[in-house]
Amino acid sequence: MIEALSYGFIQHALIAGVLVSLASGIIGSLIVVNRMVFLAGGIAHASYGGIGMAVFLGLPIFLGASIFAVAAALLVSVLTLKKRERIDTFIGLIWAVGMAIGVILIDITPGYNVDMMSYLFGSILAVSSEDLYFMGALLGVIVAVMLFWYRDILAVSYDSEYAALRGVHVRFFYTLILILSALTVVIAIKVVGLILVIAMLTIPVYIAEKLSNSLAQMMLYSGLIATLFTLTGLAASYTYNLTSGASIIVISAVGLGLFLLIDKVKRVS
Amino acid sequence: MGVIDVTNVSFAYERDLVLENISLTVEKEDFLAIIGPNGGGKSTFLKLILGILKPNNGTVRVLGNEPSKNLSHIGYVPQNTNVNTDFPIKVIEVVMMGHVGGKRPLFGYGEGEIGCAMGALAQVGMEAYADKKIGSLSGGQRQRVMIARALCAHPSILILDEPTASIDVAGQRDIYELLKELSKSVTIIVVSHDISVILEYANKAAHINKTLSYHDISNKEKSFPAHARGEHFCEVELLQMLGSKSSCDTSEREKKWRTKP
Repeated sequence: MIEALSYGFIQHALIAGVLVSLASGIIGSLIVVNRMVFLAGGIAHASYGGIGMAVFLGLPIFLGASIFAVAAALLVSVLTLKKRERIDTFIGLIWAVGMAIGVILIDITPGYNVDMMSYLFGSILAVSSEDLYFMGALLGVIVAVMLFWYRDILAVSYDSEYAALRGVHVRFFYTLILILSALTVVIAIKVVGLILVIAMLTIPVYIAEKLSNSLAQMMLYSGLIATLFTLTGLAASYTYNLTSGASIIVISAVGLGLFLLIDKVKRVS
Repeated sequence: MGVIDVTNVSFAYERDLVLENISLTVEKEDFLAIIGPNGGGKSTFLKLILGILKPNNGTVRVLGNEPSKNLSHIGYVPQNTNVNTDFPIKVIEVVMMGHVGGKRPLFGYGEGEIGCAMGALAQVGMEAYADKKIGSLSGGQRQRVMIARALCAHPSILILDEPTASIDVAGQRDIYELLKELSKSVTIIVVSHDISVILEYANKAAHINKTLSYHDISNKEKSFPAHARGEHFCEVELLQMLGSKSSCDTSEREKKWRTKP
Protein backbone atom coordinates (compact mmCIF):
# COMPACT_ATOMS: atom_id res chain seq x y z
CA MET A 1 0.00 0.00 0.00
CA ILE A 2 2.89 2.40 0.76
CA GLU A 3 4.25 2.05 -2.79
CA ALA A 4 0.89 3.32 -4.05
CA LEU A 5 1.73 6.73 -2.61
CA SER A 6 4.40 7.21 -5.24
CA TYR A 7 1.82 7.28 -8.07
CA GLY A 8 0.80 10.78 -9.13
CA PHE A 9 -2.87 9.95 -9.43
CA ILE A 10 -2.93 8.51 -5.90
CA GLN A 11 -1.30 11.66 -4.57
CA HIS A 12 -3.89 13.73 -6.38
CA ALA A 13 -6.66 11.58 -4.97
CA LEU A 14 -5.37 12.03 -1.43
CA ILE A 15 -4.99 15.81 -1.73
CA ALA A 16 -8.44 16.10 -3.33
CA GLY A 17 -9.89 13.93 -0.56
CA VAL A 18 -8.48 16.19 2.16
CA LEU A 19 -9.50 19.46 0.43
CA VAL A 20 -13.03 18.27 -0.27
CA SER A 21 -13.41 16.82 3.24
CA LEU A 22 -12.43 20.09 4.90
CA ALA A 23 -14.73 22.11 2.62
CA SER A 24 -17.66 19.76 3.13
CA GLY A 25 -17.07 19.76 6.89
CA ILE A 26 -17.48 23.54 7.03
CA ILE A 27 -20.30 23.83 4.52
CA GLY A 28 -22.02 20.64 5.71
CA SER A 29 -22.21 22.19 9.20
CA LEU A 30 -23.94 25.25 7.77
CA ILE A 31 -26.30 23.09 5.70
CA VAL A 32 -27.28 21.01 8.73
CA VAL A 33 -27.79 23.88 11.20
CA ASN A 34 -29.77 25.82 8.61
CA ARG A 35 -31.89 22.70 7.84
CA MET A 36 -30.99 22.84 4.16
CA VAL A 37 -30.08 19.17 3.62
CA PHE A 38 -32.88 18.50 1.15
CA LEU A 39 -32.03 21.76 -0.56
CA ALA A 40 -28.38 20.77 -0.95
CA GLY A 41 -29.55 17.43 -2.38
CA GLY A 42 -31.64 19.31 -4.94
CA ILE A 43 -28.73 21.48 -5.98
CA ALA A 44 -26.41 18.43 -6.22
CA HIS A 45 -28.75 16.62 -8.58
CA ALA A 46 -29.54 19.76 -10.56
CA SER A 47 -25.84 20.19 -11.24
CA TYR A 48 -26.06 17.07 -13.43
CA GLY A 49 -27.71 19.43 -15.90
CA GLY A 50 -24.51 21.45 -15.79
CA ILE A 51 -22.42 18.37 -16.49
CA GLY A 52 -24.63 17.66 -19.51
CA MET A 53 -24.29 21.26 -20.64
CA ALA A 54 -20.49 21.14 -20.31
CA VAL A 55 -20.30 17.91 -22.31
CA PHE A 56 -22.63 19.29 -24.99
CA LEU A 57 -20.77 22.59 -25.37
CA GLY A 58 -17.30 21.13 -24.84
CA LEU A 59 -16.65 23.18 -21.70
CA PRO A 60 -14.68 21.99 -18.67
CA ILE A 61 -16.99 19.84 -16.52
CA PHE A 62 -16.27 21.82 -13.33
CA LEU A 63 -17.23 25.08 -15.04
CA GLY A 64 -20.51 23.75 -16.44
CA ALA A 65 -21.50 22.08 -13.18
CA SER A 66 -20.59 25.20 -11.16
CA ILE A 67 -22.63 27.53 -13.37
CA PHE A 68 -25.65 25.25 -13.20
CA ALA A 69 -25.39 24.64 -9.44
CA VAL A 70 -24.98 28.33 -8.63
CA ALA A 71 -27.93 29.17 -10.89
CA ALA A 72 -30.00 26.55 -9.05
CA ALA A 73 -28.90 28.06 -5.71
CA LEU A 74 -29.91 31.57 -6.80
CA LEU A 75 -33.24 30.26 -8.06
CA VAL A 76 -33.87 28.59 -4.69
CA SER A 77 -32.91 31.81 -2.90
CA VAL A 78 -35.42 33.84 -4.93
CA LEU A 79 -38.12 31.21 -4.48
CA THR A 80 -37.67 31.08 -0.69
CA LEU A 81 -38.17 34.84 -0.68
CA LYS A 82 -41.38 34.64 -2.72
CA LYS A 83 -43.02 31.37 -1.78
CA ARG A 84 -41.51 30.02 1.40
CA GLU A 85 -44.34 27.58 2.16
CA ARG A 86 -43.96 25.86 -1.23
CA ILE A 87 -40.19 25.60 -1.18
CA ASP A 88 -40.01 21.79 -0.82
CA THR A 89 -42.04 21.39 -4.02
CA PHE A 90 -39.69 23.67 -5.91
CA ILE A 91 -36.61 21.89 -4.60
CA GLY A 92 -38.08 18.59 -5.82
CA LEU A 93 -38.67 20.18 -9.21
CA ILE A 94 -35.14 21.59 -9.50
CA TRP A 95 -33.79 18.20 -8.39
CA ALA A 96 -35.52 16.25 -11.17
CA VAL A 97 -35.57 18.81 -13.97
CA GLY A 98 -31.84 19.49 -13.62
CA MET A 99 -31.05 15.79 -13.97
CA ALA A 100 -33.45 15.41 -16.90
CA ILE A 101 -31.79 18.29 -18.75
CA GLY A 102 -28.40 16.68 -18.14
CA VAL A 103 -29.51 13.30 -19.48
CA ILE A 104 -31.02 14.83 -22.63
CA LEU A 105 -28.00 17.04 -23.36
CA ILE A 106 -25.75 13.99 -23.13
CA ASP A 107 -28.16 12.04 -25.39
CA ILE A 108 -27.90 14.64 -28.14
CA THR A 109 -24.13 15.10 -27.88
CA PRO A 110 -22.79 13.35 -30.97
CA GLY A 111 -20.37 10.48 -30.41
CA TYR A 112 -20.10 10.99 -26.69
CA ASN A 113 -19.68 7.77 -24.77
CA VAL A 114 -17.68 8.58 -21.64
CA ASP A 115 -18.91 6.75 -18.59
CA MET A 116 -21.40 9.10 -16.94
CA MET A 117 -21.43 6.82 -13.91
CA SER A 118 -18.23 8.57 -12.76
CA TYR A 119 -20.23 11.73 -12.09
CA LEU A 120 -22.93 9.87 -10.24
CA PHE A 121 -20.55 7.91 -8.00
CA GLY A 122 -17.34 9.89 -8.13
CA SER A 123 -14.01 9.47 -9.88
CA ILE A 124 -11.41 10.51 -7.37
CA LEU A 125 -8.66 8.60 -9.19
CA ALA A 126 -9.10 10.89 -12.20
CA VAL A 127 -8.43 14.19 -10.43
CA SER A 128 -6.26 16.55 -12.51
CA SER A 129 -3.96 19.32 -11.29
CA GLU A 130 -6.51 21.91 -12.49
CA ASP A 131 -9.17 20.19 -10.39
CA LEU A 132 -6.91 20.49 -7.35
CA TYR A 133 -6.38 24.22 -7.94
CA PHE A 134 -10.14 24.71 -8.18
CA MET A 135 -10.72 22.75 -4.96
CA GLY A 136 -7.95 24.58 -3.12
CA ALA A 137 -9.22 27.98 -4.25
CA LEU A 138 -12.77 27.16 -3.15
CA LEU A 139 -11.59 25.98 0.26
CA GLY A 140 -9.61 29.22 0.57
CA VAL A 141 -12.69 31.28 -0.27
CA ILE A 142 -14.83 29.33 2.20
CA VAL A 143 -12.32 29.77 5.02
CA ALA A 144 -11.96 33.49 4.25
CA VAL A 145 -15.73 34.01 4.21
CA MET A 146 -16.06 32.19 7.54
CA LEU A 147 -13.30 34.20 9.20
CA PHE A 148 -14.66 37.45 7.91
CA TRP A 149 -18.39 36.99 8.46
CA TYR A 150 -18.53 34.29 11.11
CA ARG A 151 -20.67 36.29 13.52
CA ASP A 152 -23.14 37.35 10.85
CA ILE A 153 -23.44 33.83 9.46
CA LEU A 154 -23.86 32.51 13.01
CA ALA A 155 -26.58 35.08 13.75
CA VAL A 156 -28.45 34.35 10.52
CA SER A 157 -28.22 30.58 11.07
CA TYR A 158 -29.28 30.63 14.72
CA ASP A 159 -32.05 33.22 14.66
CA SER A 160 -32.58 34.97 11.32
CA GLU A 161 -35.52 37.06 12.54
CA TYR A 162 -33.48 38.53 15.36
CA ALA A 163 -30.46 39.00 13.11
CA ALA A 164 -32.62 41.05 10.74
CA LEU A 165 -33.73 43.26 13.65
CA ARG A 166 -30.10 43.86 14.53
CA GLY A 167 -29.37 45.11 11.04
CA VAL A 168 -27.75 41.96 9.60
CA HIS A 169 -28.47 41.54 5.89
CA VAL A 170 -30.15 38.14 6.18
CA ARG A 171 -30.89 37.61 2.47
CA PHE A 172 -27.30 38.28 1.48
CA PHE A 173 -25.89 35.73 3.92
CA TYR A 174 -28.57 33.17 3.13
CA THR A 175 -27.74 33.45 -0.56
CA LEU A 176 -24.01 33.34 0.20
CA ILE A 177 -24.45 30.09 2.17
CA LEU A 178 -26.43 28.63 -0.76
CA ILE A 179 -23.81 29.58 -3.35
CA LEU A 180 -20.94 28.16 -1.27
CA SER A 181 -23.00 24.99 -0.75
CA ALA A 182 -23.54 24.69 -4.50
CA LEU A 183 -19.81 25.03 -5.23
CA THR A 184 -18.89 22.59 -2.47
CA VAL A 185 -21.35 20.08 -3.89
CA VAL A 186 -19.65 20.44 -7.27
CA ILE A 187 -16.17 19.62 -5.95
CA ALA A 188 -17.56 16.82 -3.79
CA ILE A 189 -19.04 15.25 -6.95
CA LYS A 190 -15.49 14.46 -8.04
CA VAL A 191 -14.82 12.55 -4.84
CA VAL A 192 -18.05 10.72 -4.02
CA GLY A 193 -20.39 11.55 -6.92
CA LEU A 194 -23.55 13.59 -6.88
CA ILE A 195 -25.80 10.82 -5.59
CA LEU A 196 -23.61 10.25 -2.53
CA VAL A 197 -22.80 13.90 -1.82
CA ILE A 198 -25.49 14.27 0.83
CA ALA A 199 -23.99 11.55 3.00
CA MET A 200 -20.60 13.24 2.85
CA LEU A 201 -22.14 16.58 3.86
CA THR A 202 -24.16 15.18 6.75
CA ILE A 203 -22.58 12.10 8.42
CA PRO A 204 -19.42 13.79 9.76
CA VAL A 205 -21.49 16.83 10.74
CA TYR A 206 -23.91 14.70 12.73
CA ILE A 207 -21.05 13.27 14.79
CA ALA A 208 -19.36 16.65 15.17
CA GLU A 209 -22.57 18.30 16.36
CA LYS A 210 -22.67 16.00 19.39
CA LEU A 211 -19.08 16.85 20.29
CA SER A 212 -19.21 20.62 19.81
CA ASN A 213 -20.19 23.64 21.86
CA SER A 214 -19.95 26.13 19.05
CA LEU A 215 -20.45 26.32 15.31
CA ALA A 216 -16.75 26.96 14.64
CA GLN A 217 -15.82 23.87 16.65
CA MET A 218 -18.45 21.87 14.77
CA MET A 219 -16.98 22.96 11.43
CA LEU A 220 -13.47 22.02 12.48
CA TYR A 221 -14.48 18.62 13.89
CA SER A 222 -16.65 17.87 10.84
CA GLY A 223 -13.74 18.65 8.55
CA LEU A 224 -11.37 16.40 10.49
CA ILE A 225 -13.86 13.54 10.78
CA ALA A 226 -14.69 13.80 7.07
CA THR A 227 -10.96 13.67 6.27
CA LEU A 228 -10.55 10.55 8.40
CA PHE A 229 -13.49 8.83 6.69
CA THR A 230 -12.35 9.85 3.21
CA LEU A 231 -8.76 8.61 3.66
CA THR A 232 -9.93 5.37 5.31
CA GLY A 233 -12.46 4.89 2.51
CA LEU A 234 -9.80 5.47 -0.13
CA ALA A 235 -7.51 2.93 1.54
CA ALA A 236 -10.33 0.39 1.63
CA SER A 237 -11.18 1.15 -1.98
CA TYR A 238 -7.54 0.62 -3.07
CA THR A 239 -7.04 -2.53 -1.01
CA TYR A 240 -10.23 -4.33 -2.03
CA ASN A 241 -10.62 -2.78 -5.49
CA LEU A 242 -13.97 -1.12 -4.74
CA THR A 243 -15.61 2.06 -6.04
CA SER A 244 -14.01 4.89 -4.08
CA GLY A 245 -17.05 7.10 -3.51
CA ALA A 246 -19.19 4.26 -2.25
CA SER A 247 -16.34 3.01 -0.02
CA ILE A 248 -16.04 6.45 1.60
CA ILE A 249 -19.76 6.60 2.30
CA VAL A 250 -19.89 3.06 3.72
CA ILE A 251 -16.88 3.78 5.94
CA SER A 252 -18.64 6.97 7.10
CA ALA A 253 -21.79 5.04 7.91
CA VAL A 254 -19.79 2.43 9.85
CA GLY A 255 -18.03 5.27 11.67
CA LEU A 256 -21.37 6.82 12.56
CA GLY A 257 -22.67 3.46 13.82
CA LEU A 258 -19.59 2.99 16.02
CA PHE A 259 -19.90 6.52 17.35
CA LEU A 260 -23.54 6.05 18.28
CA LEU A 261 -22.75 2.72 19.94
CA ILE A 262 -19.89 4.20 22.02
CA ASP A 263 -22.06 7.21 22.85
CA LYS A 264 -24.82 4.91 24.09
CA VAL A 265 -22.47 2.70 26.12
CA LYS A 266 -20.94 5.80 27.70
CA ARG A 267 -24.34 7.14 28.63
CA VAL A 268 -25.45 3.84 30.19
CA SER A 269 -22.31 3.42 32.31
CA MET B 1 -43.34 63.43 24.35
CA GLY B 2 -43.04 59.89 25.58
CA VAL B 3 -40.45 57.24 24.86
CA ILE B 4 -42.88 55.66 22.45
CA ASP B 5 -45.68 57.63 20.81
CA VAL B 6 -48.31 55.75 18.88
CA THR B 7 -50.84 58.10 17.29
CA ASN B 8 -54.09 57.04 15.60
CA VAL B 9 -52.55 53.88 14.20
CA SER B 10 -54.58 51.46 12.12
CA PHE B 11 -53.23 48.30 10.55
CA ALA B 12 -54.64 45.58 8.29
CA TYR B 13 -52.81 42.54 6.90
CA GLU B 14 -55.31 42.08 4.07
CA ARG B 15 -58.63 43.87 4.23
CA ASP B 16 -59.72 43.24 7.79
CA LEU B 17 -58.42 45.70 10.32
CA VAL B 18 -56.27 44.09 13.01
CA LEU B 19 -55.71 47.34 14.87
CA GLU B 20 -58.10 50.26 14.69
CA ASN B 21 -57.22 53.85 15.56
CA ILE B 22 -54.82 53.08 18.38
CA SER B 23 -53.09 55.76 20.37
CA LEU B 24 -50.70 55.15 23.22
CA THR B 25 -47.88 57.00 24.90
CA VAL B 26 -45.28 55.08 26.85
CA GLU B 27 -43.39 57.22 29.35
CA LYS B 28 -39.80 56.78 30.44
CA GLU B 29 -39.33 53.90 32.89
CA ASP B 30 -42.89 52.68 32.54
CA PHE B 31 -43.54 48.98 33.02
CA LEU B 32 -46.34 48.43 30.53
CA ALA B 33 -48.26 45.17 30.36
CA ILE B 34 -50.06 44.43 27.10
CA ILE B 35 -52.81 41.87 27.44
CA GLY B 36 -55.65 40.69 25.29
CA PRO B 37 -57.06 37.63 23.54
CA ASN B 38 -55.16 35.59 20.94
CA GLY B 39 -55.50 37.19 17.54
CA GLY B 40 -56.37 40.50 19.19
CA GLY B 41 -53.38 42.22 17.60
CA LYS B 42 -50.82 42.21 20.44
CA SER B 43 -47.95 40.84 18.38
CA THR B 44 -48.88 43.05 15.43
CA PHE B 45 -48.69 46.02 17.77
CA LEU B 46 -45.17 44.98 18.86
CA LYS B 47 -44.10 44.56 15.24
CA LEU B 48 -45.26 48.11 14.52
CA ILE B 49 -43.17 49.43 17.40
CA LEU B 50 -40.17 47.39 16.21
CA GLY B 51 -40.58 48.73 12.69
CA ILE B 52 -41.07 45.25 11.19
CA LEU B 53 -44.49 46.38 9.99
CA LYS B 54 -45.57 49.84 8.85
CA PRO B 55 -48.96 51.23 9.88
CA ASN B 56 -51.61 51.89 7.21
CA ASN B 57 -52.64 55.04 9.02
CA GLY B 58 -51.18 57.06 11.85
CA THR B 59 -47.62 57.27 13.13
CA VAL B 60 -45.33 55.31 15.43
CA ARG B 61 -42.44 57.24 16.97
CA VAL B 62 -39.69 55.76 19.10
CA LEU B 63 -37.76 58.48 20.94
CA GLY B 64 -39.23 60.93 18.46
CA ASN B 65 -38.04 59.06 15.39
CA GLU B 66 -39.02 56.30 12.96
CA PRO B 67 -38.69 52.90 14.70
CA SER B 68 -36.27 51.55 12.08
CA LYS B 69 -33.92 54.49 12.73
CA ASN B 70 -33.77 53.77 16.43
CA LEU B 71 -33.29 50.00 16.45
CA SER B 72 -30.33 50.16 18.79
CA HIS B 73 -32.50 51.77 21.47
CA ILE B 74 -34.89 48.84 21.51
CA GLY B 75 -34.06 45.51 23.08
CA TYR B 76 -36.36 42.74 21.89
CA VAL B 77 -37.01 39.30 23.38
CA PRO B 78 -39.00 37.25 20.86
CA GLN B 79 -41.84 34.95 21.76
CA ASN B 80 -40.48 31.48 21.32
CA THR B 81 -36.97 30.96 22.60
CA ASN B 82 -37.17 27.18 22.65
CA VAL B 83 -36.57 26.77 18.95
CA ASN B 84 -33.25 25.55 17.62
CA THR B 85 -32.07 24.21 20.99
CA ASP B 86 -29.78 21.66 19.28
CA PHE B 87 -27.81 24.46 17.69
CA PRO B 88 -24.15 24.30 18.74
CA ILE B 89 -23.77 27.77 20.16
CA LYS B 90 -22.45 29.07 23.46
CA VAL B 91 -24.46 31.35 25.72
CA ILE B 92 -21.97 34.18 25.28
CA GLU B 93 -22.26 33.94 21.48
CA VAL B 94 -26.05 34.22 21.68
CA VAL B 95 -25.74 37.32 23.86
CA MET B 96 -23.25 38.92 21.48
CA MET B 97 -25.79 38.78 18.66
CA GLY B 98 -27.43 41.69 20.46
CA HIS B 99 -24.70 44.10 19.37
CA VAL B 100 -25.76 46.40 16.57
CA GLY B 101 -23.51 47.79 13.87
CA GLY B 102 -20.93 50.14 15.32
CA LYS B 103 -17.24 49.50 15.06
CA ARG B 104 -16.23 45.89 15.00
CA PRO B 105 -12.96 44.09 14.56
CA LEU B 106 -11.96 42.47 11.26
CA PHE B 107 -12.43 38.96 12.65
CA GLY B 108 -14.59 37.66 15.47
CA TYR B 109 -15.60 39.78 18.44
CA GLY B 110 -13.92 42.77 20.07
CA GLU B 111 -12.84 42.73 23.69
CA GLY B 112 -15.23 45.56 24.46
CA GLU B 113 -18.09 43.55 22.99
CA ILE B 114 -17.22 40.49 25.07
CA GLY B 115 -17.00 42.60 28.23
CA CYS B 116 -20.33 44.21 27.45
CA ALA B 117 -21.97 40.82 26.85
CA MET B 118 -20.57 39.48 30.14
CA GLY B 119 -22.01 42.55 31.84
CA ALA B 120 -25.43 41.84 30.35
CA LEU B 121 -25.19 38.22 31.52
CA ALA B 122 -24.26 39.40 35.02
CA GLN B 123 -27.33 41.65 35.00
CA VAL B 124 -29.57 38.61 34.57
CA GLY B 125 -27.49 36.43 36.91
CA MET B 126 -26.20 34.08 34.20
CA GLU B 127 -22.51 34.97 33.93
CA ALA B 128 -21.47 31.55 35.23
CA TYR B 129 -23.07 29.94 32.17
CA ALA B 130 -21.27 32.00 29.51
CA ASP B 131 -19.41 29.02 28.01
CA LYS B 132 -22.27 26.51 28.27
CA LYS B 133 -24.10 25.29 25.21
CA ILE B 134 -27.46 27.02 24.92
CA GLY B 135 -29.29 23.69 24.59
CA SER B 136 -28.07 22.54 28.02
CA LEU B 137 -29.98 25.30 29.84
CA SER B 138 -33.50 25.12 31.23
CA GLY B 139 -36.31 27.15 29.68
CA GLY B 140 -36.09 29.84 32.37
CA GLN B 141 -32.32 30.12 32.09
CA ARG B 142 -32.60 30.37 28.31
CA GLN B 143 -35.13 33.16 28.70
CA ARG B 144 -32.67 35.04 30.91
CA VAL B 145 -30.02 34.67 28.24
CA MET B 146 -32.42 36.11 25.65
CA ILE B 147 -33.05 39.05 27.97
CA ALA B 148 -29.28 39.51 28.31
CA ARG B 149 -29.02 39.47 24.50
CA ALA B 150 -31.60 42.26 24.36
CA LEU B 151 -29.77 44.22 27.08
CA CYS B 152 -26.45 43.85 25.30
CA ALA B 153 -26.96 46.93 23.13
CA HIS B 154 -27.84 49.04 26.23
CA PRO B 155 -31.38 49.73 25.05
CA SER B 156 -33.58 52.33 26.69
CA ILE B 157 -36.65 50.24 25.86
CA LEU B 158 -37.03 46.50 26.44
CA ILE B 159 -39.85 44.69 24.63
CA LEU B 160 -40.76 41.12 25.57
CA ASP B 161 -43.30 38.93 23.78
CA GLU B 162 -44.75 36.29 26.13
CA PRO B 163 -41.52 35.91 28.12
CA THR B 164 -42.88 33.26 30.48
CA ALA B 165 -44.96 31.14 28.08
CA SER B 166 -42.91 27.97 28.56
CA ILE B 167 -41.54 28.40 32.07
CA ASP B 168 -42.75 26.88 35.34
CA VAL B 169 -44.41 29.10 37.95
CA ALA B 170 -41.32 29.65 40.11
CA GLY B 171 -39.30 30.53 37.02
CA GLN B 172 -41.98 33.00 35.93
CA ARG B 173 -41.73 34.86 39.25
CA ASP B 174 -37.94 35.02 38.86
CA ILE B 175 -38.25 36.52 35.39
CA TYR B 176 -40.74 39.13 36.57
CA GLU B 177 -38.62 40.02 39.59
CA LEU B 178 -35.74 40.51 37.18
CA LEU B 179 -37.86 42.73 34.95
CA LYS B 180 -38.99 44.75 37.94
CA GLU B 181 -35.36 45.33 38.86
CA LEU B 182 -34.54 46.32 35.27
CA SER B 183 -37.52 48.67 35.08
CA LYS B 184 -35.70 51.06 37.40
CA SER B 185 -33.49 52.07 34.49
CA VAL B 186 -35.22 50.76 31.34
CA THR B 187 -38.70 51.22 29.92
CA ILE B 188 -40.34 47.80 29.74
CA ILE B 189 -43.17 46.54 27.56
CA VAL B 190 -44.38 42.98 28.12
CA VAL B 191 -47.01 41.06 26.21
CA SER B 192 -48.35 38.35 28.43
CA HIS B 193 -51.14 35.95 29.25
CA ASP B 194 -50.24 35.68 32.94
CA ILE B 195 -52.59 38.48 33.83
CA SER B 196 -52.55 38.36 37.60
CA VAL B 197 -48.76 38.03 37.77
CA ILE B 198 -48.02 40.72 35.24
CA LEU B 199 -50.39 43.21 36.81
CA GLU B 200 -48.59 42.79 40.08
CA TYR B 201 -45.38 44.08 38.53
CA ALA B 202 -46.57 46.47 35.84
CA ASN B 203 -47.54 50.07 36.49
CA LYS B 204 -49.48 50.50 33.24
CA ALA B 205 -51.73 48.09 31.43
CA ALA B 206 -53.06 48.13 27.89
CA HIS B 207 -55.72 45.73 26.67
CA ILE B 208 -55.61 45.20 22.93
CA ASN B 209 -58.39 43.60 21.00
CA LYS B 210 -58.47 45.52 17.73
CA THR B 211 -58.92 48.65 19.81
CA LEU B 212 -56.86 49.61 22.81
CA SER B 213 -57.85 50.55 26.32
CA TYR B 214 -55.27 51.91 28.67
CA HIS B 215 -55.05 51.89 32.46
CA ASP B 216 -52.71 53.39 34.96
CA ILE B 217 -52.38 50.74 37.65
CA SER B 218 -49.39 52.14 39.48
CA ASN B 219 -51.46 52.43 42.65
CA LYS B 220 -52.17 48.76 43.30
CA GLU B 221 -54.26 49.21 46.48
CA LYS B 222 -56.57 51.56 44.68
CA SER B 223 -56.81 49.56 41.51
CA PHE B 224 -57.06 46.10 42.98
CA PRO B 225 -58.27 46.28 46.56
CA ALA B 226 -58.94 42.57 46.73
CA HIS B 227 -55.55 41.76 45.39
CA ALA B 228 -53.86 44.11 47.82
CA ARG B 229 -55.42 42.13 50.65
CA GLY B 230 -53.54 39.13 49.36
CA GLU B 231 -56.47 37.48 47.66
CA HIS B 232 -56.47 36.22 44.12
CA PHE B 233 -58.84 37.89 41.72
CA CYS B 234 -60.76 36.45 38.88
CA GLU B 235 -58.85 36.82 35.64
CA VAL B 236 -61.88 36.59 33.41
CA GLU B 237 -63.53 39.51 35.11
CA LEU B 238 -60.29 41.44 35.10
CA LEU B 239 -59.91 40.93 31.39
CA GLN B 240 -63.48 41.91 30.72
CA MET B 241 -63.10 45.01 32.79
CA LEU B 242 -59.84 46.12 31.26
CA GLY B 243 -61.27 45.51 27.85
CA SER B 244 -64.67 47.04 28.37
CA LYS B 245 -63.86 50.68 28.78
CA SER B 246 -60.88 52.90 28.64
CA SER B 247 -61.41 54.30 32.09
CA CYS B 248 -63.69 53.75 35.00
CA ASP B 249 -63.90 55.23 38.45
CA THR B 250 -62.73 53.32 41.45
CA SER B 251 -66.02 52.91 43.23
CA GLU B 252 -67.54 51.17 40.25
CA ARG B 253 -64.44 49.06 39.90
CA GLU B 254 -64.60 47.96 43.50
CA LYS B 255 -68.12 46.73 43.00
CA LYS B 256 -67.05 44.73 40.00
CA TRP B 257 -64.07 43.05 41.62
CA ARG B 258 -64.91 39.82 43.27
CA THR B 259 -62.52 37.37 44.79
CA LYS B 260 -62.66 33.79 43.70
CA PRO B 261 -65.06 31.77 45.82
